[in-house]
Amino acid sequence: MKLILTGGRVVDPSQSFDSLASVAIANGVIAGIFTGDIPAEFADAEKIDVTGKTVTPGLIDIHVHLREPGFEYKEDIESGTRAAAAGGFTRVCCMPNTNPAIDTAAVVRQILERTQQVGSAVVHPIGAATRAMAGDQLTEMADLKGAGACAISDDAFPLQHADTVRRVMEYCKMLDLAFLTHNEDKRLTEKGAMNEGIQATIMGIPGMPAVAEDIAVARNIMLAQLTGCHLHLLHISTKGTVDLLRQAKAAGAPVTGEACAHHWALTDEACIGYNTDAKMNPPLRTPEDCEAVKLGLADGTIDCIVTDHAPHAGYEKEVEFDAAPFGILGLETSFPLVYSTLVKPGVLSFSDAIAKMTYIPAGILKLGDGVGTLQVGAPADIAVLDLDAEWTIDRDKVQSKSKNTPFHGMKVQGKAAFTVVGGRVITL
Amino acid sequence: MKHLLTLRDTSAEEIQNLLELGAAFQEVINRPVKKVPTLRGKAMITLFYENSTRTRTSFEMAAKVMSAEAINIAVAQSSVAKGESLKDTVLTLQALKADCIVMRHSISGAPMFASQRLGIPVVNAGDGRHEHPTQGLLDMLTIKQAKKGLAGLNVAIVGDITHSRVARSNVWGLTKMGVNVRLVGPRTLMPADAHLMPVKVYDNLQAGLDGVDVVNVLRLQTERMDKGLLPTLREYSRLFGISQKSLKFADKDVLVLHPGPMNRGVEISADVADGAFGINSAVETQISNGVAVRMAVLYTLMGGSGSPSTEA
Repeated sequence: MKLILTGGRVVDPSQSFDSLASVAIANGVIAGIFTGDIPAEFADAEKIDVTGKTVTPGLIDIHVHLREPGFEYKEDIESGTRAAAAGGFTRVCCMPNTNPAIDTAAVVRQILERTQQVGSAVVHPIGAATRAMAGDQLTEMADLKGAGACAISDDAFPLQHADTVRRVMEYCKMLDLAFLTHNEDKRLTEKGAMNEGIQATIMGIPGMPAVAEDIAVARNIMLAQLTGCHLHLLHISTKGTVDLLRQAKAAGAPVTGEACAHHWALTDEACIGYNTDAKMNPPLRTPEDCEAVKLGLADGTIDCIVTDHAPHAGYEKEVEFDAAPFGILGLETSFPLVYSTLVKPGVLSFSDAIAKMTYIPAGILKLGDGVGTLQVGAPADIAVLDLDAEWTIDRDKVQSKSKNTPFHGMKVQGKAAFTVVGGRVITL
Repeated sequence: MKHLLTLRDTSAEEIQNLLELGAAFQEVINRPVKKVPTLRGKAMITLFYENSTRTRTSFEMAAKVMSAEAINIAVAQSSVAKGESLKDTVLTLQALKADCIVMRHSISGAPMFASQRLGIPVVNAGDGRHEHPTQGLLDMLTIKQAKKGLAGLNVAIVGDITHSRVARSNVWGLTKMGVNVRLVGPRTLMPADAHLMPVKVYDNLQAGLDGVDVVNVLRLQTERMDKGLLPTLREYSRLFGISQKSLKFADKDVLVLHPGPMNRGVEISADVADGAFGINSAVETQISNGVAVRMAVLYTLMGGSGSPSTEA
C-alpha cells in the first residue's frame, strides 16, 4: 500500500528537516521525503494533498490514562486513542492504574489485543512496579516486558518507602526498564486537594505543599544515582523539582523528566470558585513554578511534553471540591496549547516543541527504531497539523468519553487535521 | 444580593445594610411577644452536614420569629447518608418548594456549589474551613455596638486559624470596615501565606494582644485538628490561653468574643468566659445578636413583606 502526502511543510526535528516536501509511505513505513519531483515508483500511490498544512512525525504521549480495563465508563482504548488521534498523537503509553492494574503479562496482552481491534493509535502499556500497585511485592517485570510493557511506573500510587524504591530501581536496571515516578510524599499532602498557598488559604482547601514533590524527587534521584536505574520524573510541577533535575543532569545522573501543558499554562487561581476541572495531582501551582517549568523546557532540563490525560465522568467531578477525583483531559488540548503558549511566544521553537513530543519521548522509553521520526524505514506514523487554525476549545466536541478540562472556552491556535498510523489514515 | 456565601464577596455597603437591619431586628427579639409576619408563608430549610445545635437553632429561631416555616435536615437522617450526591439533595429541597436553604458542610465550597445549581437563595452556615458569614456579621455587630463603631479598631483573632472559617469571615468582614486585624496562634495552626491576607500575623500572644481593643477567641477545634499539630492542650493553654492574666497585654477595656462552644480552661479561662472581675465578655450578647443578624439575612434574601418592625 503506497501513500504520499504532497504539498505540505515537512518538519522532522530528528533530522533537522524543515522544508516544503512530500512524504512517501510504503508497506506501513516511511519510504522517503522528496523536496523535488516525486519519484516514478510512487506514481500509483494514493495521494493526499496537504498544502498549507505542516507534516510532522506522529506525536507521542508517554503519559496517558486509558482507563481500560476496569474504568471504561470514563474512557476506554477505543475512545482514548480516538482522542489521541484528534490531538495529533499516533502513539501513547498507558499508565498501569487500571482495574486490574497492569501488573501481569495477561493485562498487557489484553490491552495490546484491544488496541489491535479498536485502536486509532499505537498503545504501549506501562507496567506497575508492585502487585496491585500496593507498594509492596514487586511485579514480574521480566514477564511484563516480554509481553510488551515499555516501562514501569508507580503513577497514582507513589511509593513512599525508600527501600521499596531502591528494590524497584535495582530490578528495573537489571531488565533495562525505565522507572517512571509520581513524586509525592503523601504524609505532607494528606487530605490536600490543591496547591498549598494563599489561594488554598483563602478558599479553605487543605493544601499540597510543593515541597512534598521536591522531597520525593530528591530521594528518587539519589536512589537512581545509587542503582544506575533510568529514572523518569512524571508531571513536573514545581520550581524545586526543575532545579533538582537540572543539578542531577549536570552531575551525570540517569534522570529524565516531563511536563504537562497545564503546569505551565495555569496557576492555582484556576481553582477559584471551587472548579473541580482544575483539580489534578500534582496540582496547579504558582506563577513562579510555571515560569520554572517553561525555563526547564527551554533549556532542555525537561526532556519531553506529555498530557497525563486523566478522564473522569461528569458526575464524579460535579461534587464538592475535596470529594472530586484528581485529573483532567489532555490529549486533544496538548498540541494547541504547546503551539499557542510555547511556540508562538517564542519559548520553544516549533522544531524543539515537536522534538519534545516525538523522537525524544520515544527515545526515553526506547519505543523502537525510528519511532518518532520520518526517517526512511521508520513506522509510518504521521501528524498533519494546521498551524493557522484558530479555534476555541469546546469540551462538548471532544472525542473523549469525558469532559473534564479547565481549558473549555479558551481560544487557541494550532490543530491536528488528521493522523496516519502505520500507513493507515485515521478517520474520526 | 441573591445568596450569602462569603463575606469576602459581600460589599462593605451590603455588610453595612445587614448590620443596620440586624440592629433593627434586635428590638423585635427583645419584645415579650416576639413574632412578626414578615416572612409568613416562606419556608427555610436548614441542611446541616456537620453537627451544630447553636447555629441551627439560631436560624430556626430567626425564621420562626418572622413567621417563616423552619425545617431542619440533619444528614444522618436524610437520604444523604445513603450516598445521594449534594447536587441531587439540594435539587430535591428546591423541588419541595423551599424558599431558602441554609447549609453547613464540612467541605469548603459546598454552599457555592449548591448556589450554582439552584434558583433559590443559599445561606452559608459554615463550610469547611472557608467561611461562616453570619458569624462574622454577628461578631461585627457585637463589636460595633460595644465600641460605638468599627473603623480604626485593633482586633486580634486567637487560636487555630488554619481550620477556622470564623477567622476567615472575620478577616474579610472586619477589614472591609476599616478594622486592623491580627491573626495570633501557633505556627502549626497558621495557614500557608497567611501574611498575604490583609492582616498581621503573630505566633506570640503578648505581642499579638499588645494594645488590642477586641480579642476574638477561637475554640480549639479538636474534631478538625489533625493529630500532632500541638503537643498538648496544656501547652496551648499556657502559650495562647486567654485569661485574666493574658488580657493585661491588651487594652484595659478590651472586649472578648468567642464563637462558642467554649472549652473552659483551654483557649479561654472560666473567669474570662463568665466576665468576672470586670472583664467585658460579649459571649451571651453574641448569641442574641446572632438571631437578629440571621433575621436580617433571611429577610434580605427571602424578600420579606413589610418593614422589619411590622407588628404581629
